[in-house]
Amino acid sequence: MRSRAVLTGTHFLSGDLACAEGAIAAGCRFFGGYPITPATEIAERMSRRLVEVGGVYIQMEDEIGSLAAVIGASYTGKKAMTATSGPGFSLMQENIGLAVMTEAPLVIVNIMRGGPSTGQPTMPGQQDVMQAKWGSHGDYEIIALAPSSVQEMFDLTIDCFNLAESYRVPVMLLADEIIGHMSERVKIPAPEEITIVDRKKPKGPPNEYQPFKPDDDLVPPMGCFGEGYRFHATGLTHDEKGAPKTVSVEEQTKLVRRLCDKIRKNTHKIVRVQEVMLEDAEVAILAYGITSRAALSAVRKARKEGIKAGLLRLITIWPFPTELVAKMADHVTAIVVPEMNYGQIVREVERAAKTTPVSLLSKLGEEPHRPSEIITAMRKALQ
Amino acid sequence: MKQTERMTQHPLTKYLRSERMPHIWCEGCGNGILLNSFLTALDELKVDLDKIVVVSGIGCIGRAAGYVNVDSFHTTHGRAIAFATGVKLANPDLQVVVISGDGDLFAIGGNHFIHAARRNIDIKVICANNFNYGMTGGQYGPTTPLEAWTTTTPYGNIEHPFNLVHLAAASGAVYVARWTALHVRRLKDSIKKSLQKEGFSFIEVISPCPTIFDRYNKRGTAVDVMKWFKLISNVKHGHDPAKTEITKSQIMVGEFVDVERPSYGRLLRDMTKKVQEKLKEKKAK
Repeated sequence: MRSRAVLTGTHFLSGDLACAEGAIAAGCRFFGGYPITPATEIAERMSRRLVEVGGVYIQMEDEIGSLAAVIGASYTGKKAMTATSGPGFSLMQENIGLAVMTEAPLVIVNIMRGGPSTGQPTMPGQQDVMQAKWGSHGDYEIIALAPSSVQEMFDLTIDCFNLAESYRVPVMLLADEIIGHMSERVKIPAPEEITIVDRKKPKGPPNEYQPFKPDDDLVPPMGCFGEGYRFHATGLTHDEKGAPKTVSVEEQTKLVRRLCDKIRKNTHKIVRVQEVMLEDAEVAILAYGITSRAALSAVRKARKEGIKAGLLRLITIWPFPTELVAKMADHVTAIVVPEMNYGQIVREVERAAKTTPVSLLSKLGEEPHRPSEIITAMRKALQ
Repeated sequence: MKQTERMTQHPLTKYLRSERMPHIWCEGCGNGILLNSFLTALDELKVDLDKIVVVSGIGCIGRAAGYVNVDSFHTTHGRAIAFATGVKLANPDLQVVVISGDGDLFAIGGNHFIHAARRNIDIKVICANNFNYGMTGGQYGPTTPLEAWTTTTPYGNIEHPFNLVHLAAASGAVYVARWTALHVRRLKDSIKKSLQKEGFSFIEVISPCPTIFDRYNKRGTAVDVMKWFKLISNVKHGHDPAKTEITKSQIMVGEFVDVERPSYGRLLRDMTKKVQEKLKEKKAK
């Protein structure tokens, strides 16, 4: 009998719908959101599908409330998510900080459109990639993945849930409007072929449970509301028991460092990239999302024209694969970064590349980069 | 010996995280009375302490969640109700109580309040109303009376305050009551009633703020304020919430709303059942 949760088979779906199916296949049973172009289709699909599988869909009064409700659901043990775009993502920054501080596993999908402000709601953008990392106040680390196909909207959504559960951190799926709205073939595997990770549970007796005491991997096991642990969580700086420590430098240092280090020290385990023809490349393109598809085409065409080009496609944007990029930079003479913004990830690339020249190929709104534009940029970079 | 033990052990100790004591609240503040009434209500109802969640926002009373020995969460400013909505819908077996202040619930969190009441989310909201932002040193807020002096109304307040019980009733709460910190037993009884009732309930607790608001406004000591509450309180159950405005000469208290309306959770469960039955029928065909 076919499971209603996993629609095994081959489908023709838009990226938004594939994302919703990936979430349900990953075990997501709570969606709190607010309609926004170009992410609305995720909410629409979830409102229909979650009821079918016994989950909860609630349309909150705004994106602030949406993420607050998702954190609440996560604390009961449910896999929970929200989906939004730029303006809603801005409203969520407050509770992204809360989710980081209280180590709530959850997934935030951002189908990026053109900003700032209301910007261009129906047009693509990659302008929120820095906000994803730096948008909330204070020092923190999150994980963000960038799909470049509808299949990846399905696959990476599952990965987002698994990473959130593994590291007790909000994980973001940063897709652009094109990936969200275009339709492609999607293969949904059988349930037994899908890897599902669940958060670590506490092992000792409930009365000895310390909700923020980490294991060696720096991630604390998570008890949930209603399981008898009777624990407290707060957005204030807290000790391992969850008690507020609002003036202790020691506790502040210990907590903030651990929240960052549980991601930083596991970067090598988290990071995923796709390397294409980089072995002998003279010029490398670093791209993600829709832009990487034009980049791939550009690399193939350039090779035919005798240019030794290669591509590093980021699947993981945060934590940024600094070491990988640094290594690549040692072997190429130039790096080109096409982005649908006015220069964001290029800053990280410059930082990692050190002396290797890095050039930005910026495009705002309208259509994505054309392969020919990327080839021209490569030629220029090699001069 | 036994006598001494009885003397040193507060009857509500088991409901508190005693290692967090002393609490941060000032002498004469109404927050302790509110918390006491809440814990007594839990005690009298013999509530399963593993199945209750207390959620607070930011402010003096926001620390209540940290003191209660049950699952608890201290959210960002104003978001307690939105967080509680997620908890309750994700696990309907849990009793979810929001304890927060007037500024947190009705200024920054006002939108969440009216929408949770409209949806009739099955959560219990208890609001300590001290007419100002106490924790930040006494600025005016959405409940500050006209003409009152606060640190940001140095020439007197020119904003009209909300009547919280009217707002709650108009937004769709199924149970609405107001008491002052003086009405300990009636407050406790209202909390008990709301805990046994399905749907969104709201209880306003008028609280003295002797260190800040009452001092600025020359209302005297905490005892003076309590005496004043006694003098001007008027118990009127079932009174039209629209006509319960707090004035200098009267605080109307009592149970103003007690009606039945299906909660969001119930409607969601009913809908889910219907949808799943239809899917089964479809499959059988």
